[in-house]
Amino acid sequence: MDLLIPEVGTIIWMLIAAGIVFFILVKWGFPMITRMVDERNEYIDKSLLAAKEANERLAGIQNECDELLKETRAEQSRILKEAADRRDEIIAEAEARAKENGDKLISDAREQIRLEKEEALRSLRRQVAEISVQVAERVVRKELSADDEQLSMIDRMIDDVKTGK
Amino acid sequence: MSLLFLIAVPALAQETARDETVDVKGIIFGHLKDSYHWHIITIGEKEISLHLPVILYSKVSGWHFFSSRELEHTGSHEGFHITEEGAHAGKLVETLPDGTELKPLDLSLTKIALAVMINSLLLCVIVMCTARWYRRHSATDPAPGGFVGLMEYVIAMIVDDVIKPSVGKDYKRYTPLLLTIFFFILLSNIMGLIPIFPAGANVTGNIAITLTLALVTFFTVNVFGNREYWKEILWPDVPIFLKAPVPLLPFIEIVGIFTKPFALTVRLFANITAGHAIILSLTCVIFITARMGPVIGAPMTVLSVFFMIFMNLLELLVAYIQAYVFTMLSAVFIGLSRPEHQTEKKAKANAMANGRQPTVKVKEIH
Repeated sequence: MDLLIPEVGTIIWMLIAAGIVFFILVKWGFPMITRMVDERNEYIDKSLLAAKEANERLAGIQNECDELLKETRAEQSRILKEAADRRDEIIAEAEARAKENGDKLISDAREQIRLEKEEALRSLRRQVAEISVQVAERVVRKELSADDEQLSMIDRMIDDVKTGK
Repeated sequence: MSLLFLIAVPALAQETARDETVDVKGIIFGHLKDSYHWHIITIGEKEISLHLPVILYSKVSGWHFFSSRELEHTGSHEGFHITEEGAHAGKLVETLPDGTELKPLDLSLTKIALAVMINSLLLCVIVMCTARWYRRHSATDPAPGGFVGLMEYVIAMIVDDVIKPSVGKDYKRYTPLLLTIFFFILLSNIMGLIPIFPAGANVTGNIAITLTLALVTFFTVNVFGNREYWKEILWPDVPIFLKAPVPLLPFIEIVGIFTKPFALTVRLFANITAGHAIILSLTCVIFITARMGPVIGAPMTVLSVFFMIFMNLLELLVAYIQAYVFTMLSAVFIGLSRPEHQTEKKAKANAMANGRQPTVKVKEIH
């Protein structure tokens, strides 16, 4: 039965020891820990919320990216198509212009050739005429010493010229 | 405990051989009860024990201070001796000149008192070391690992599962106190299971200790109880003939104020005492059966060691559960002493909605 009777001395010692322990731990021990745990929980909650937001934003950005990519693709194909058209156009134009140029060159050359040929013919005729005149002069100078001869000569020559023509 | 006896097997065996009887009751009560010296170990014939100071105040002869070593040789000192029977068995009493025995005011630093101090110091070191980690870190740092992590886990569990739902609104005011009670009981229980000095004293199995702890709860409940609480006790919301002219229900309620700490005291004391007694009894089985010869002794020893391991593990569980229950009941009592200002109907409806009503009732029955 003596086990069930609380001893006053033990109670007093316990009160002293427990009082000191309770004072220390209640003042400096547990509040520190529980406050920090609460703070950390708050921080985790906040972080989770922020992460969720960030994820949502990221999903939005992803969508935007996809949209942009699609748009860009369309733009790209449009530009490519335009470029191809333009290229074809330029080539056609250039071809046309080249052809035109070539034709012009050829016609110019032909004209030139024709003119030069005429020129050459003309100068040739002149030279021939001059040479003929000189030859005629010399012949005439020599032949004209006799009058008959001169006259026959002249007749002959005129005939020649007539037939030569 | 059991380990201590396993270590002391040769010594006890010799003793057994001499006495031819095993004083089971003496061994068990010797451990369960307080003493003026702390027996550490017996090696051969030599007993190693810590002699503690004896402080007495007698109405007849005044103050007395001496070491318990003085009691060892003659069994008495300065007119005091340890009585063997009566209500004060195992305590120092004074023999007056006329032959009657008088119990003095005994303020001796006994084994339990010293163990309380060791446990208190250890608890302070553990908690302050944990708190130091928090002082050196900020909330944005990663959570602690190792021992601090374990402490944080246990603290968070007690706060979230026990204190917060039981106390209610301003639970933060009571959290440090309840956590201190929890860890003090848990540490004392575990220290009681470790058989070697400086652990091994039966602290929470001492009724003076559990009474003091229950008184802490008692004062917290009744000092910080609000008007609603006192109204519910003195003028409860029941038909008028139950409270006037004979204050039947107020009387029951007032008795209830005192039965609550009494229940706390006895529950913790009885659980821990029973656990220690069972483990010690199983240990004694070895020494009793050893006398019956090796044929019975050997298998019984194996069996008893097996049971002791089982009981020690069970006691480890009990150590936690009893600390948990004590804290939970204290939290519930504090919660009950701070009913919120609302009509009974509303409170009941709220409680039912929260599913808390059944829990609280179960806790009250415990």
